[in-house]
Amino acid sequence: MKPDDLPLALRYRRHNRGRLAVLGGLALLLAASFLFDLSSGPAGLSLGSVLHGLWQPASLDAAQRVIVFDVRLPYALMALVVGAALGLGGAQMQTVLNNPLASPFTLGLAAAATLGASLAIVFQHLQPLPANLLVPLAAFACALGVTGLILLLSRWHGGGGATLVLFGIALLFALEALVWLLQFLAEANALEQIVFWSMGSLARASLQHVGLIGVALALCFTLAMRRAWALTLLRGGETHAASLGVNVARLRAITLVEVSLMTAAALAFVGTIGFVGLVGPHIARLLVGEQHRFLLPASLLCGALMLSLASIASKTIVPGLIIPIGIVTALVGVPVFIALILSRKGGV
Amino acid sequence: MSLQLDNLSVRRGGQTVLDGLSLPPLPAGSLTALIGPNGAGKSTLIHALAGLVPFQGEASLQGVSLRQLPPAERARRVGLLPQALPQGSGLSVYEFLLGGLRAAGASAREAEQASEAMLAELGLLPLALKRMDTLSGGQRQMVALAQALARRPGLLLLDEPNSALDLHWQLTMLDAVQRVVAERQAVALLALHDLNLALRSCARVIVLAGGRCRADGPPQQVLSPSLLAEVYGVLGRIEHSSRGEALFVLERLPS
Repeated sequence: MKPDDLPLALRYRRHNRGRLAVLGGLALLLAASFLFDLSSGPAGLSLGSVLHGLWQPASLDAAQRVIVFDVRLPYALMALVVGAALGLGGAQMQTVLNNPLASPFTLGLAAAATLGASLAIVFQHLQPLPANLLVPLAAFACALGVTGLILLLSRWHGGGGATLVLFGIALLFALEALVWLLQFLAEANALEQIVFWSMGSLARASLQHVGLIGVALALCFTLAMRRAWALTLLRGGETHAASLGVNVARLRAITLVEVSLMTAAALAFVGTIGFVGLVGPHIARLLVGEQHRFLLPASLLCGALMLSLASIASKTIVPGLIIPIGIVTALVGVPVFIALILSRKGGV
Repeated sequence: MSLQLDNLSVRRGGQTVLDGLSLPPLPAGSLTALIGPNGAGKSTLIHALAGLVPFQGEASLQGVSLRQLPPAERARRVGLLPQALPQGSGLSVYEFLLGGLRAAGASAREAEQASEAMLAELGLLPLALKRMDTLSGGQRQMVALAQALARRPGLLLLDEPNSALDLHWQLTMLDAVQRVVAERQAVALLALHDLNLALRSCARVIVLAGGRCRADGPPQQVLSPSLLAEVYGVLGRIEHSSRGEALFVLERLPS
């Protein structure tokens, strides 16, 4: 029997097996990248020692235990969960806003988080909370506040995805201006902290932070997968989706709130990490297509893989020095993305 | 199956777009054309019946009020082919159909069977695993029609389905709609600009102007030169071929 003679459902399932294989391949690459990330660093601990130490902590001396459990493991896990959150969030944003440039940056989420963190750094001395709690709290609150403001403005105006993006871009510039103003007014020490925060870094990672972001990610992924068909339909156009019973305005609002919660939680602990939320979903789309049952997990895996690879690069590009990961994602990611676009003549 | 409109009104932006529209029941099994100049309210009526625009008054399909149906249930009973072509996304044709059915609550197996049957019925099986963004405009519109029909709706609404199609695809599409609507005894309402397509394919014509019904009946009775001059502001005549088919011939704008 020729392939074309098979029932359509069977041919489609075969097609989907290829997509599942891609997801499996991405997961394997991610596992390999995670292990390599664990084994890389200036302390010179081999992968074998790290794995053995994770299994039997007693085999490590005190200094090695600190390196493995307080530095490398949270660092590598943080790269996975933050990258996954940005990839998953970016894919959903691009769909509900019908905009290939949408990402947590487009709506000003990252800029809002930076403003919140900057306010906390500059005015830290006026309140009793410790900086390691206040800064992420302020970043999270500001990012959520901006999402709420954009949704309110859009609801009041009655516009669709394009209006949301316009509001987001307008707020992005305003938020950036406010951050610059704070930088201008800040003392040297605070200025240094703001600049370092805005570069994005995994150095602030801890297992508690990983757990918090992991819970938000798992929840958001589960809810997103339940909406996978509605999101897929939206790729055919708003009117088509609405005519099929999809409440487009509700789907957009719920998705944006969930994505904002998840990405705000991620950005609050690591600072500004660009590019992953924009490019991860595009790479996933090139690999598995638009069907969101595959696109969402692929975007999650691509985002996690990108940030895990960036984490390795940040530790190995300059031996003995850890470059802030936000710099690495853009420097390494942009050429990779351009190469991917050029390899597909039809465009992204 | 029949569709009844009673005192249906739509207000948008402070203006009345449809003004207390009441119509005798629209019959099943044949096409009803909705014609009229731009701004007459054709697309608004189509969108209101599809649940995309709120309205006052009553619209009932086989005695069931469309206003009171939740969105998913309405989507099962009412199929809409919007004016805009579906976006040329990276979805495959089969996924596009599956998505419509799954969103309406069909199981995976039901969706697979209904999608394959609908694609076969419209002769689209060879396109099934092609990406939407590789199809021509005509093919995409046929796929959108397949999606609208796959749920076997009792009411099919087509909003200027031919606006982006060449002559071949216009006739292909209308012939397919005529065939399926007759077989399934569904009610079909089409907003059309092409009067000759209305004359050729529709058993009934409703002429809208200024949000009100100006005429309603068989096209050869309704589409008189005087009505067209009044509604569209154009001068023309209706001619009949040797086989008795009517044809609108546009002469000129009034001097």
